[in-house]
Amino acid sequence: MKIELTLEQKDNQAAFRDFVDREIIPDADRFDLEESIPPELIQKLGREGYLGALLPKEFGGKGLDAIAIGLLNEEVGRGCSSLRSLLTVHGMVAQTLLKWGSKSQQKYWLPRLASGRVIAAFGLSEPNIGSDAKSVETTATSDGSFYVLNGQKKWITFGQIADVFLIFAQCEGKPSAFLVESDRPGLSIQPISGMLGVKASMLAQLSLNECQIPQENLVGRVGFGVSHIAATALDYGRYSVACGCVGIAQACLEACTRYANQRKQFGVYLKDHQLIQQMVTEIIINLKAARLLCYQAGYLKHIGDPRAILETSIAKYFASKTATQAASDAVQIHGANGCSSEYSVQRYLRDAKIMEIIEGSNQIQQVTIANYHFGF
Amino acid sequence: MEKHKLPIKTFLAKFFVNHELQDNEDIFALGFVNSLFAMQLVLFIEQEFSIAIENEDLDFENFKTINAIAGLVERKQVLLART
Repeated sequence: MKIELTLEQKDNQAAFRDFVDREIIPDADRFDLEESIPPELIQKLGREGYLGALLPKEFGGKGLDAIAIGLLNEEVGRGCSSLRSLLTVHGMVAQTLLKWGSKSQQKYWLPRLASGRVIAAFGLSEPNIGSDAKSVETTATSDGSFYVLNGQKKWITFGQIADVFLIFAQCEGKPSAFLVESDRPGLSIQPISGMLGVKASMLAQLSLNECQIPQENLVGRVGFGVSHIAATALDYGRYSVACGCVGIAQACLEACTRYANQRKQFGVYLKDHQLIQQMVTEIIINLKAARLLCYQAGYLKHIGDPRAILETSIAKYFASKTATQAASDAVQIHGANGCSSEYSVQRYLRDAKIMEIIEGSNQIQQVTIANYHFGF
Repeated sequence: MEKHKLPIKTFLAKFFVNHELQDNEDIFALGFVNSLFAMQLVLFIEQEFSIAIENEDLDFENFKTINAIAGLVERKQVLLART
């Protein structure tokens, strides 16, 4: 057993870190305040190849291994969880098409997704449906040459700017997945604002009203929408979120280290107060554990091991809890300053809480992990 | 096809701990199957038998029994050998 990044992974990590320090961190609090990401930054992500990180080079992607993809998500998550959410949802659709897309879907969509010319979003949640994905109320009916979609989708990350959506709907009474381009007549997009966290992830509500799409926009087969299509996307999403949470915890640690080295109370620096040391120690230990769980999940993904699915669920559960606790402690250490918009730790706390809810709430992860342990 | 059944049974036994699956027993009819299991089954088949499960293989008939899974593996391996 050897737990060490390869030279190539270390090089990639250094490049990701430099990009995040230069292009993201200086403006991340502003993105949060303005509840949007500038298109120029998304274009830069595309130019760096980060939007096609997981796609093979034959489709114009960067062809990174699973560990390197995790490192990318960690670093971007360290800077801005909202932007990391773009990597998540865009990657979820790319991963799904790579695995289950038809040859023509792959040929058309994957190079566009790899370059970032096309932004993709994931359309599963609805006003009445969250965790119970099989019960989506949106419908798709076939009229022979088209599918006609009707329904509502809610909380769609980067729905405001996406060019194509992976939409889940009941077809012949069975959950199924479809590609719906944003300019299809019958699709209307309403921005959602005022969320607690990941405020710059440009959420939207989608209304599908007699929205007609060609038959070839079906992804996979009718009836496999949740069991295989959404499951593939959500597995990638959980990995991306888990690694992003490691990034949040790392950002908390770095912020606390800076602050505890410069702030004095009772005549000594905060770093010399033992109860501050206790909180920082908890962040360090849980951060290391979360990162190792992500590395393990990434390694299992890399070798195609079926255990990767469960280990990703475990990593997401632990990393999101770690991020929330680390951010809560970071605010505590910063005191009143931590509650102010002048410091980023309040953003980390608001963002981390969202991570315990998305891509399968932590309660769903707990049920999943327990069910696996006890068996059928 | 017979040689494929043992690793498939061993894999499935990790999930069906309170039920001994028969070769022709419908896994889905037992009502236990969830998406976590479905994806692990896909990854197991791919890793164990060095084949890729693709879009055109998405048919519940291919996955519903030990015999069906072994048959799918057999067909995919024959196709692979020809290419």
